[in-house]
Amino acid sequence: MSRPVMEGTAAPDKPGFEAGEESLDADAAAHADAGEARPVGSMLRLTAATFFENKLAIAGLVIFILLVLFSFVGPHLYVTNQITVNPVNSNYPPSSAHLLGTDGEGFDVLGRLMVAGQSSIEIGLAAGLCAAIFGTIYGAVSAVAGGAVDAVMMRLVDALYSLPTLFLLILLSAIFSPNLPLMIAVLGFISWLGPARLVRGEALSLRTREYVQAVRVAGGSQRRIVLRHIVPNAIGTIVVNTSFLIADAILALAALSYLGLGLPNTTPTWGGMLSNGTTVIFDGYWWQLYPAGIAIVLTVVAFNFIGDALRDSLDVRLQRR
Amino acid sequence: MTGYIIRRIGQSIIVLLGVTLLTFLLSHIIPGGAARAALGPRATPLQIQQFNQINGYNLALWDQFYQYVRGLLLHLNLGYSYKNNQSVLSLIQERLPKTLVLVGISTVLAVVIAIPLGVLQVVRRNRPIDYTLTGLAFIFYAMPPFLLGTLLIMYFAVDLKWFSVSAPQASSVGGILADPRALVLPVVTLAAITVAQFSRYMRSSMMEAMTEDYVRTARAKGAGRWRVLFLHALRNALIPIITLLGLSLPNIVGGALITETVFNYPGMGLLTTQAALNTDVPLLLGTTFVATLAVVAGSFIADLLYAVVDPRVRYA
Repeated sequence: MSRPVMEGTAAPDKPGFEAGEESLDADAAAHADAGEARPVGSMLRLTAATFFENKLAIAGLVIFILLVLFSFVGPHLYVTNQITVNPVNSNYPPSSAHLLGTDGEGFDVLGRLMVAGQSSIEIGLAAGLCAAIFGTIYGAVSAVAGGAVDAVMMRLVDALYSLPTLFLLILLSAIFSPNLPLMIAVLGFISWLGPARLVRGEALSLRTREYVQAVRVAGGSQRRIVLRHIVPNAIGTIVVNTSFLIADAILALAALSYLGLGLPNTTPTWGGMLSNGTTVIFDGYWWQLYPAGIAIVLTVVAFNFIGDALRDSLDVRLQRR
Repeated sequence: MTGYIIRRIGQSIIVLLGVTLLTFLLSHIIPGGAARAALGPRATPLQIQQFNQINGYNLALWDQFYQYVRGLLLHLNLGYSYKNNQSVLSLIQERLPKTLVLVGISTVLAVVIAIPLGVLQVVRRNRPIDYTLTGLAFIFYAMPPFLLGTLLIMYFAVDLKWFSVSAPQASSVGGILADPRALVLPVVTLAAITVAQFSRYMRSSMMEAMTEDYVRTARAKGAGRWRVLFLHALRNALIPIITLLGLSLPNIVGGALITETVFNYPGMGLLTTQAALNTDVPLLLGTTFVATLAVVAGSFIADLLYAVVDPRVRYA
């Protein structure tokens, strides 16, 4: 599910975040040299500026915002019963009463798509963010600690990396009975390895910079080095990776649903709808398959656009082409 | 080089031990324990006690792990599947070759398709064909494999009747290969998603190579456009692809799992899915171990190949 290599190849020799900004704003570069994290306002402004130069990034962002509106605002505009099963209404084709028809339990498919979108987006975002935060701290601590601690911590990452993600996922969901927070935890657990490696790589080079050594000489704690210097300076790599993690979490959730190890039907997800759809498509109930499929593909494509665009705009070597 | 190989083998063993320990511990936090999972919810406390006694689940955790690893190393004993009433090893021996066939054919196919696609995109960079292929790659990457598989079955097996709906069900590898009509769709499903990934890698790797000094030098000395492209850029651009291939193994193995479930292909993936649905812990541990072993071995081979292909890389 994860795509470690694409980011991995870009990261180690990446001129990095600051370099991308230098061309934009010399003032910010001066701040970067000072070593302490730049004022948040200017950092956000610069990131936003580079981001919005890219058309794909905007496309990805617009798709994502529309999907969020659809899922969270939609149910208030298009009110449907998504709670009680109604077998009499099952498997109706699209009509004016049910714009996308109904499913096997009589739920309105369009309405269900909205409700399922809420849990799918929540799980994807939460799992991606948890993984990014944990992985970042893990990688930074490993690099700063160095020596034997670093070796042990990274060998653990290597070991987990060799475990095919889906097998681990299956093992975890066979052991625990699935619910929403648990699903987030399980999906987060399988995807923190990528950010951990990336941030460690970044941190290893940041660690030797003068400003980090200056903090150390001045008596700054390890904690301060990690949180105030290394994490803020590696944020570009982290943000790029997080967008891929979110996309992968949504795909992994769909795969689990298909294998029958996803969330129960009381918590609809796009993956669950899609896997139900695959079982009835041969009866000709196409409206139960395509909408959920399109929703998943759109979301995953959107996050990949955002991630790719962010990486390209942060990588000066690619900008020259 | 010999030193490197020895160190690398040592690392692989540690990784395998770590994974075994992890999956072993995970399987022990299963609610109710392995006995409950094997005997069902209506087993009496006495039956559970007996089961634990017979299978050694009453031993200390470290002792159980020791026995597990010892059995694994000395007798290739991966445990016993109570649900299938068969040893895990024999189940895996039956299924593994079939998965290797599926993964092997589709990966080779994917590489053979993805490399020219990536090169084509660089040659026609920022033209309609480049955008089209990039768009397709994004869509295929974003499409859950089971959706792709289902769509392929619907159009090519049910509507057009070109291929069979389900995968070859033969019990031997030869029997599977003898039924190409049934093998096409699973192979295509698994290959399509790998192609989407690899062609993206190939494009960026080729892009990277085209900006290198040696390409400029080759052009400057008067080498033709195609000569530069294939002899200078492509050969160098292929090197990172070897590493990528090694690193993508976990994904491909996972993709095979889904594909096998879609097409009812009797391989390791289907075995794992069924084990998970039945909470067949020993079998689940066994298949996970073998999958991990395959990945570790694959990345090891990829690392060695890397050194063979690229004379600049010499592991000290």
